[in-house]
Amino acid sequence: MADRVTEHDEQRTEETEQRGLTQPLELRSAHGDSSVPAVDGMPEAERRPREAIFSLDDVMVSYNRKPAVRGVTFDIGKNEITALIGPSGCGKSTLIRCLNRMNDLIPGAKVEGKVLYHGQDLYDSAVDAVEVRKRIGMVFQKPNPFPKSIYDNIAFGPRVLGMKGNMDELVEQALTHAVLWDEVKDRLKTNAFGMSGGQQQRLCIARCLAVEPDVILMDEPCSALDPISTGKIEDLMLNLKNEYSIVIVTHNMQQAARVSDRTAFFTVELSETEERTGRVVEIDDTEKIFTNPSDPRTEAYVTGKVG
Amino acid sequence: MSAHAQPVGTPSAKNRAKDRGFVIGLLLCVGVSILLLGVLLVDIVADGAGNLTWNFITSFSSINADQSGIQAAFWGTIWLMGVCALFIVPVGVATAVYLEEYADETRWYNRFIELNIQNLAAVPSIVYGILGLAFLVRGPLSLGPVILAGGLTLGLLVLPVVIVASREAIRAVPPSIREGSMALGATQWQTIWRQVLPASIPGIATGVILALARAIGETAPLIVIGAATFIAFNPEGLDSAFTAMPIQIFDWITRPSNDVNDYRPLAAAGILLLMIMLLVMNSVAIWLRNRYEQKW
Amino acid sequence: MLAAFISVLTTTLIVISLIEETISFFGEVGIGDYLFGTEWAPLFEPASFGVLPLVLGTLVVSAVAMLVAVPLGLAAAIYLAEYARPAVRKIIKPTLEVLAGVPTIVFGYFALTFFTPEILRAILGSDVAIFNGLSAGIIIGFLIVPTVASISEDSMTAVPQSLREGSFGLGASKLQTTMRVVFPAALSGIVASVVLGFSRAVGETMVVVIAAGLSPQWGVNVLQPMETMTAFIASTAKGDIATGTIAYKTIFAVGTTLFVITLIMNLISIRFVRKYRQVYE
Repeated sequence: MADRVTEHDEQRTEETEQRGLTQPLELRSAHGDSSVPAVDGMPEAERRPREAIFSLDDVMVSYNRKPAVRGVTFDIGKNEITALIGPSGCGKSTLIRCLNRMNDLIPGAKVEGKVLYHGQDLYDSAVDAVEVRKRIGMVFQKPNPFPKSIYDNIAFGPRVLGMKGNMDELVEQALTHAVLWDEVKDRLKTNAFGMSGGQQQRLCIARCLAVEPDVILMDEPCSALDPISTGKIEDLMLNLKNEYSIVIVTHNMQQAARVSDRTAFFTVELSETEERTGRVVEIDDTEKIFTNPSDPRTEAYVTGKVG
Repeated sequence: MSAHAQPVGTPSAKNRAKDRGFVIGLLLCVGVSILLLGVLLVDIVADGAGNLTWNFITSFSSINADQSGIQAAFWGTIWLMGVCALFIVPVGVATAVYLEEYADETRWYNRFIELNIQNLAAVPSIVYGILGLAFLVRGPLSLGPVILAGGLTLGLLVLPVVIVASREAIRAVPPSIREGSMALGATQWQTIWRQVLPASIPGIATGVILALARAIGETAPLIVIGAATFIAFNPEGLDSAFTAMPIQIFDWITRPSNDVNDYRPLAAAGILLLMIMLLVMNSVAIWLRNRYEQKW
Repeated sequence: MLAAFISVLTTTLIVISLIEETISFFGEVGIGDYLFGTEWAPLFEPASFGVLPLVLGTLVVSAVAMLVAVPLGLAAAIYLAEYARPAVRKIIKPTLEVLAGVPTIVFGYFALTFFTPEILRAILGSDVAIFNGLSAGIIIGFLIVPTVASISEDSMTAVPQSLREGSFGLGASKLQTTMRVVFPAALSGIVASVVLGFSRAVGETMVVVIAAGLSPQWGVNVLQPMETMTAFIASTAKGDIATGTIAYKTIFAVGTTLFVITLIMNLISIRFVRKYRQVYE
């Protein structure tokens, strides 16, 4: 193995830097082999992340007894960006909301299967959803700042969670982390609605960071933003990856290709009764999904033939 | 990033207690309001049920408490409601039609009219009484304290209710109906008269009933206009002196009672009758709303 | 078009009728005496025309009413907007509507014949006069609860769900989300409801006429009778008074005062309602 490395090393390093990946791909090819078709279209020896932070096992979510997504089994890696892609209506948002129990807020929503976080079952009856969300934060599709000042928006989380420490410092830290500090440091007391869409979304990210979560879930965070703001947030994501684990839902394939380490491709299945249910088709290292996917459906999607 | 060693998801006991305590507190407050209503209703029924006899309804008011009845006041109220309805329906609906179909919202005078209606809705009812006194009973029209004056005063008081309800009913008719009619060559007025208004009738009717339900219980304006309290005849015309149920009830409440004549039970019976009438009116309004609720 | 003008006409007539007689009133009584005098005895000899006792009486009774209406009304609004399950809503909302539909004279009867003797006297003893401001104030408070509750509830429901989700997403509890995000966001509507409630309390007549007594009090002892502006107008107009007498004019002077106070409050309330509708672009 060592021999192979020397030759491709330089090339890989360059590519690695370009993509911002922290792991050269070469190492990963040591795990298992690819393209063994298996049950349910999932490659049997899927490449597992080095350290799993979430472990999903046959998860199914239904609304009022109609399944929206089913049979979801994969791991999400620590300090990685995992992207969920696929056409509309295939349950990506539904699934990501399972990870921090936001589906609890929807009457009629039911989650079955196992969702393990650091080995602990999130849906165990002893687990309080509110506590879960302190560790697993979420950024939404449409920026939703509170109608308060920028300062109070960020400070809300720490105050409400009883975090100790100098609030001014906490706010500055969060805003710096979200690459927003310089832009707003002179107007912290102004209303958050006065910011542009891209700034508001970074504010929401900063707000999320202020409570020091473990994981950040992002549900199509850039779909309401212009390309420049999108770029800024993508850069931000790549930086945050070092300290947090990120799961992102996106319908923008290029975005998934740009930022994520691993990608899960979802699709919609029509049952005999014309019911649409989402499933995971394939999950793998991003590079593989986009260059050499195992499943034909994946290939059709990423090459733009469908979806 | 902090290291999270402990298992996730176990809330502090303090927080849980706070949450639960809050909801209990809310429910207690809601409960107090409901409780008061309940006690009030029970009290009325307890005091008044025994006295709500046929005799009570058919007798006129008298010094002798056990011979006293509410007949004059009952018919007075009926007459008043009649006059009131005859006033508020055309005026209220016409105003609503104007505001919804003809008025240009950007014109200052139309916005002024809307603001005006909003204000009138919140003016204390007794001020309407003063208005009636100064203009209808005395002053320019000098009608005297008669049914017509009373009915008009009440009408002015509840007019905003009719206007708001009619506007909503008219607004609910989709533009496609209007467009269809105009496309056939009908004028705006024809469209309104033949399509929009008929479709809005249930909503307007509900509004009128609710307005009357409000008017029927109003006492203060009638006091100021000069509704009499000791009348022993039913109204004979629009220019007849009158009394009304709230007035009669008020009189019985405030008349000193002694061992010979106890007027309080009469008041309770009167109130009970009034509440029954209100119940009927509101039920009709709800029935109308449900029966004719149209989904466009 | 003509019909719409009737509403404008009404306001104009109200204003004119009040002003005309009021001006004539002030022809005989000095404005200073009226506005700043503290003794109100217009029908006695010698008569005094300081309106402050009436204004004070109105304000005290209304303040008591708000002490009842604001907590109860807001609690109902918060519960209905954020916590209530549909089955529970179906019970609470109609109850509030019934409460709103009961004629004020019925509340007056209740205050005098039940609340004062059975409740107030039971709790506070015989210091409580048979006619007192406390009973009237509390009962008026209850009858205003639906007003405060329904407008506040509307404005809380209007807060977009995305704000609640944002708060929950951060790990805030339901209590924290409700009181620290939703409630402040709905604040202008809530303030509007309180101001409107106060305006109603000020204009309320029958409850005070029946239960609060007709002796003006230059003080705040709610256990004793206090006369409000509305009660004065009602009781004076009840007796047949000839047009043109000073007594007749007092009706209008006090009426104008009342009208102006409620008009100002209503305008403030309308302004707040408009504000809450515009907060979310």
